[in-house]
Amino acid sequence: MLYDQIARNKRRTIYVLIGFVILVLAIGAAIGYVFFDSYVGGLILALVFAGVYGAIMIGNSTNIVMSMNHGHEITKEEQAPELWHIVEDMALVARVPMPRVFIIDDPSPNAFATGNNPQHAAVAATSGILERLNREELEGVMGHEMTHVRNYDIRLQTIALALAAAITGMVNLAGNFFWWGGGSRRSSNDNDNGGVLQIVMLVLSIVLVILGPIAATMAQMALSRNREYLADAGSVELTRNPQGLISALQKISTSEPMKEADPSSAALYISDPMKKKKSLTHLFDTHPPLEERVERLEKM
Amino acid sequence: MIAGIIAAVVVVLLVIVYISAYNGLIKGRTYVQESWSQIDVQLKRRNDLIPNLIETVKGYSHYEQSTLEKVVGLRSQLINGPADDHQKTMAVSDQLSNSLKSIFAVSEAYPDLKADKEYVKLMEELTNTENKIAYSRQLYNSSVASFNMKIQSFPSNIVASIHHFKISEYLQVPEEEKATPKVSFDK
Repeated sequence: MLYDQIARNKRRTIYVLIGFVILVLAIGAAIGYVFFDSYVGGLILALVFAGVYGAIMIGNSTNIVMSMNHGHEITKEEQAPELWHIVEDMALVARVPMPRVFIIDDPSPNAFATGNNPQHAAVAATSGILERLNREELEGVMGHEMTHVRNYDIRLQTIALALAAAITGMVNLAGNFFWWGGGSRRSSNDNDNGGVLQIVMLVLSIVLVILGPIAATMAQMALSRNREYLADAGSVELTRNPQGLISALQKISTSEPMKEADPSSAALYISDPMKKKKSLTHLFDTHPPLEERVERLEKM
Repeated sequence: MIAGIIAAVVVVLLVIVYISAYNGLIKGRTYVQESWSQIDVQLKRRNDLIPNLIETVKGYSHYEQSTLEKVVGLRSQLINGPADDHQKTMAVSDQLSNSLKSIFAVSEAYPDLKADKEYVKLMEELTNTENKIAYSRQLYNSSVASFNMKIQSFPSNIVASIHHFKISEYLQVPEEEKATPKVSFDK
């Protein structure tokens, strides 16, 4: 079961990356056509962009995600003995290397894991979670995070997050071109301007129309709520103590929203840090409802 | 000719199956040994921490001399006991865990001891060690389970009997630990 999940996650990561490359090439071609009258130029530009961005992301995702969420790394166990020891315990039973440990200064209790693979993983906990949870509860939470690490959930989620950020960035970039670059280049030819604007608008809207659902699908794939149930189950497998995780989840979900969390990273956290009002259908929730998680844990 | 090719393919396949079964068994055995050494490291660590604990708490009169003596006795039993008798070692270790628990329980009565920085640090160290012993025992038993399964299931059971792999014994888990699996001295 575990190996199925790992294989599925690795496969999905590749799909997401292929989807991203195709998307970037399409956008590059569109931008190239509109602004430089050349598909090829745009394609090359897009390839370079995707390559550089991909390299930075894969090499540095942990640091990027941690700085987005204002986490600071602890490197000595004296800095947070209890957290450090619990992470050590969980890494021991999960048979994964000790991940890097980060603390986010935020009174709201929450935690997440990120990284490219179990050898380059990191876990983060808020200062609030360290204060409010007892040892057993914190073990449950870290067991959940270590399961994400072991299952390669962290790679898929982190890459999906970075790609979603890149797409947003590109759409913004295209918008800037539209205002500053696109208009001025053709300004010598006033008759044509309206037509170009129309084309630009058309292309932009097409791009947005295409981007929207793709981004949503990617989010869906990465955020699949099933992953959270699996991680809850994995946590119990490691700690053999469902009660710890149950009371941790209850404490976390009844607390105030986080201030330091980055909204686009919300899906990484063990429980939604934004505390959004639940939609009726649960279609766009990043996390399964608490009652459902507790119910499943109680059955174990 | 064709028969020859088929025979060659079958032989190559058999060799591959044999090698991978053998490597799987070796890996399983390494995991079992590795997880025992995890337990061993923690037992040693605890043995190192106990003199500090005794030193810290002996000034407080409510600590019955007999409890402290028992801890010291069990500790030396662990140090001098036969290293390869895992069941015996763990049985002594469990007794030691229980005696330590009663020492911690008494400390509840001393606010100034509980506020002592050194004592708090020692407490976290010992809690950590107790938990790591429990977790590495869990890891040991799950490693033994998967190793034994490999030894008994086809086709690796054939390879196992050729190379004399023996099934390993589980470490007994004390009854009270089955109910509440982890030691948590704090809060």
